[in-house]
Amino acid sequence: PNTGFLLRCLRQSERELLNHCRITGKRVGGNKHGGSQRPLAAGRLFLQFFSYGSVCFPRSAGSTDGAFGAVKNPWGYAAPYRERTKADPDSDWVVTGGSSGGSAAAVASLTSYLALGSDTGGSTRNPGSLCGVVALKPTYGLLSRHGLIPLVNSMDVPGIMTRSVNDAAVVLGILQGLDVRDSTTVPAPSSLTELPEDFDVRNICVGIPKEYHAPGLSEETLAQWSSVADLFEEAGARVERVSLPHTQYSIVCYHVLCHAEVASNMARFDGLEYGHRSQTDGSTEVMYASSRHEGFNDVVRGRILSGNYFLLKRNYQHYFVKAQKVRRLIANDFQHVFSSGVDVLLTPTTLTDAARYRDFTQEDNRTRSAQEDVFTQPANMAGSLYKAGQIWALTAHSVRCQVYLYNTRHYMKTRCAYCSSRICEVREEAFER
Amino acid sequence: MAASCVAASELLNNIKQISALGPKASYVVRAVSTTSPQCHAQLPQRARSAPQQLVGVVGLEIHAQINSSTKLFSGAPVRFSAPPNSLVSFFDASLPGTLPVLNKRCVEAAVMTGLALNCAVNRKSLFDRKHYFYADLPAGYQITQQRLPIAVDGVLTYSLLGGKKRNQVMRKNVTIKQIQLEQDSGKSLHDDVRSQTLIDLNRAGVGLMELVMEPDMSCGEEAAAAVRELQLILQALGTCQGNMSEGQLRVDANVSVHRPGEPLGVRTEVKNINSIRYLARAIDYEIQRQIDVLQRGGTVQNETRAYDSKSGETLPMRDKEGLQDYRFMPEPNLPPLILYEDNASLPTGIDACQVVVVQKIKEGLPELPSVKRDRLVQMYEILPEHSFTLVNEDGLVDYFEAVLKATKKEPRKVIGWVTNELLGHLKQQDMSVCQSPISPSALAELLELQETGHISSSVAKQVFQEMWRSPGKTARQITQEQDLGLVSDTAQLHIICQKVVDSHPDEVHAIRSGNKKVLNKLMGLVQKETKGRADPVLVRAILQKKTS
Repeated sequence: PNTGFLLRCLRQSERELLNHCRITGKRVGGNKHGGSQRPLAAGRLFLQFFSYGSVCFPRSAGSTDGAFGAVKNPWGYAAPYRERTKADPDSDWVVTGGSSGGSAAAVASLTSYLALGSDTGGSTRNPGSLCGVVALKPTYGLLSRHGLIPLVNSMDVPGIMTRSVNDAAVVLGILQGLDVRDSTTVPAPSSLTELPEDFDVRNICVGIPKEYHAPGLSEETLAQWSSVADLFEEAGARVERVSLPHTQYSIVCYHVLCHAEVASNMARFDGLEYGHRSQTDGSTEVMYASSRHEGFNDVVRGRILSGNYFLLKRNYQHYFVKAQKVRRLIANDFQHVFSSGVDVLLTPTTLTDAARYRDFTQEDNRTRSAQEDVFTQPANMAGSLYKAGQIWALTAHSVRCQVYLYNTRHYMKTRCAYCSSRICEVREEAFER
Repeated sequence: MAASCVAASELLNNIKQISALGPKASYVVRAVSTTSPQCHAQLPQRARSAPQQLVGVVGLEIHAQINSSTKLFSGAPVRFSAPPNSLVSFFDASLPGTLPVLNKRCVEAAVMTGLALNCAVNRKSLFDRKHYFYADLPAGYQITQQRLPIAVDGVLTYSLLGGKKRNQVMRKNVTIKQIQLEQDSGKSLHDDVRSQTLIDLNRAGVGLMELVMEPDMSCGEEAAAAVRELQLILQALGTCQGNMSEGQLRVDANVSVHRPGEPLGVRTEVKNINSIRYLARAIDYEIQRQIDVLQRGGTVQNETRAYDSKSGETLPMRDKEGLQDYRFMPEPNLPPLILYEDNASLPTGIDACQVVVVQKIKEGLPELPSVKRDRLVQMYEILPEHSFTLVNEDGLVDYFEAVLKATKKEPRKVIGWVTNELLGHLKQQDMSVCQSPISPSALAELLELQETGHISSSVAKQVFQEMWRSPGKTARQITQEQDLGLVSDTAQLHIICQKVVDSHPDEVHAIRSGNKKVLNKLMGLVQKETKGRADPVLVRAILQKKTS
């Protein structure tokens, strides 16, 4: 199916299906993104959005804790993998990454041309990378968050997962733009998503941030990263080492801000208007406490407790305000790099390849997310509305590399994305079957 | 109120007795009774070293519901007394995925109010989340403006009628610390029969202006006058309908006592006040209660108390235990609110109708009550206290001006009828101006009759009463029916006067001897004969001639 057809179908439904999410009582399906399963108005093209990842409350780093069960990486069922590892895919299966793992699995398994996820600290790019699809985290404010169940309001964006960069550009072109229902959206820059055929890689400068040689980076991923960098160089691009000095603080900073906002956003789940309500209802306070205890798992509860701690009057300056200041430093890092002649940044997306479930669950969720987010969350923190620079991040295919693009020259962005995907296409295994 | 006056005078007595015993000691006597207007009178300080009496210190926190058709952050309509939970949008119910969208009209209302109260309007203000758990707060937080509100540092000038005859207009100021936009909460109704609480979210999300007044007031009367003035201002602006009984204007009082010059005492917060009258009573009760506590050697607790209108007392509210940490956090879904000074300062590409321009609002402000009062005094040459009474009563100014249109009588002569006769009758029966059985034109007709000499002033008052009792009957009708017309027939008057003079020789003799006052008695007798219908001027002239 060609892009044109997809485009026609998508445009017919405008934004209705893609942005308007149904929240149906308990079955708040999907990771922070109510998925609705119904055919497009066009009828012919059947787009299904499965966002099984995790249901609303838990943000699972591997999409393993969902209300409907865990999501398995389709690649674990691929013949080459099974031959190599001699594993039984049903019992010894591979995780998709998270938290929008369901969406990534849908696209990777050819069930769907397009899936939406959400990206707060890497939740779209992480599974996108581990499932080998194109995952795009748009600039904060470009896509409306209306209908997106919030985790961290100042970092959440809807994420786009497709099988090609062309598709991603098309979808972005439809979804982007001002939404009066979301006060943090901005008008879309024009002519953003026209991908040119003739693009000369020799005109761009690719930056390799040295701080992204993080502990835990696997040999394989490092090799991949290097080889993509080499590809760019061979094609004639300038490849330079750059520095983002505050990278080391970003995980902690992200956690403080994330937990504080989570504590705030989860305050509404009291069982009164919707959602799980406990049977224990001796008093309002007791009902609240037991509903929330029963309805949230320990990951969320932990975040709420720490978030509320950070927001206490006596702690606010030390934690929350301090983290905001560090956040600005991180954002400034990107701004400096991009204003010094670098056009794109090339980094890994995940530390390692997709792990097997039994290995993945050796560590608890908090540790996992702390580790796995290291490359992805700086983009969320830096890509906020009120900054001059706007950060995109794009994960391409099986390369599992991430390209950060700066929004000042819009057409450049998609060109770069296109170019990197083209280069990567040369190397990838037969994907279309 | 009477009880505390008695107590106060007893106290004064005691002090006088003590000072009689010790001639060197002198006490500065300050009025302890805070219910009398003297609470704000500045008495001379005779001896600085002497201990002073405790006085009240009152600050107010006022929540005014913004008069808009939809809520502050959602499109749900704002209406009073709708079926429960019928005006609730997804956002108001805190469904996840919904986001706040600021209501322009609410911003304009806040700016208007800020300008009318001489505030500095902040060109940039921010929204925050204030977290606490309560059943009527669906999101678990309220969106408010704690860090940087929309307006700060204003002044409310209000007037009190004071002095011995309560006819001196005294102007006072109270500082407005800030005005902020915030969401209202829903309503909880406690059903004790079934041990359950019912939640109605119709009010959840309605826009409020919170006005914080500094503790510049010292008693219930001042606070009541300040709130009344604020009510009039808000109603004139149209930003709030100001009806306390409907909850459109909610006042919480922060009350403490101290000796002047010393640091402020521990304050209590008094809530659940549904009218201006109760406000004054609640504050006065609380001040007296605190004074009693301190004089008995106790300490005042920092607590929240509810006013019980039946008993007139303030009682501790049990559910506010301990101090809350509201965990304020910036509202991430709302960018800073930017106001523009004038059209010239708008950035390019921005449509003027999409933003709030302060200059435009300033130009569109209606006539404020204080300006109106001054205008009435100048225009109609009435006294300030009359103007005060006129503006203070809903609809009375319009009534007054309507009467003036229909009669040739001077305003100074009409005002008494409006502020005394009409208002007196209305107040007696607890009626509002619009419910008056006597319309402006009817009153004008009555005044015309008096002006043109058809009836005397005392008869006019009689006719007024009759008109009140039987609405629909005109003054002319009543005068004719009851034959109250002024008797100006000189011949007839001569006869009656002669009769009176003839039958009272002693009095005539007294008048002739120089006691002119006795003439009044004769006049009274003549009036009795004529049932008060004799033209007094004529009668006096005739009698004088006859007794000279």
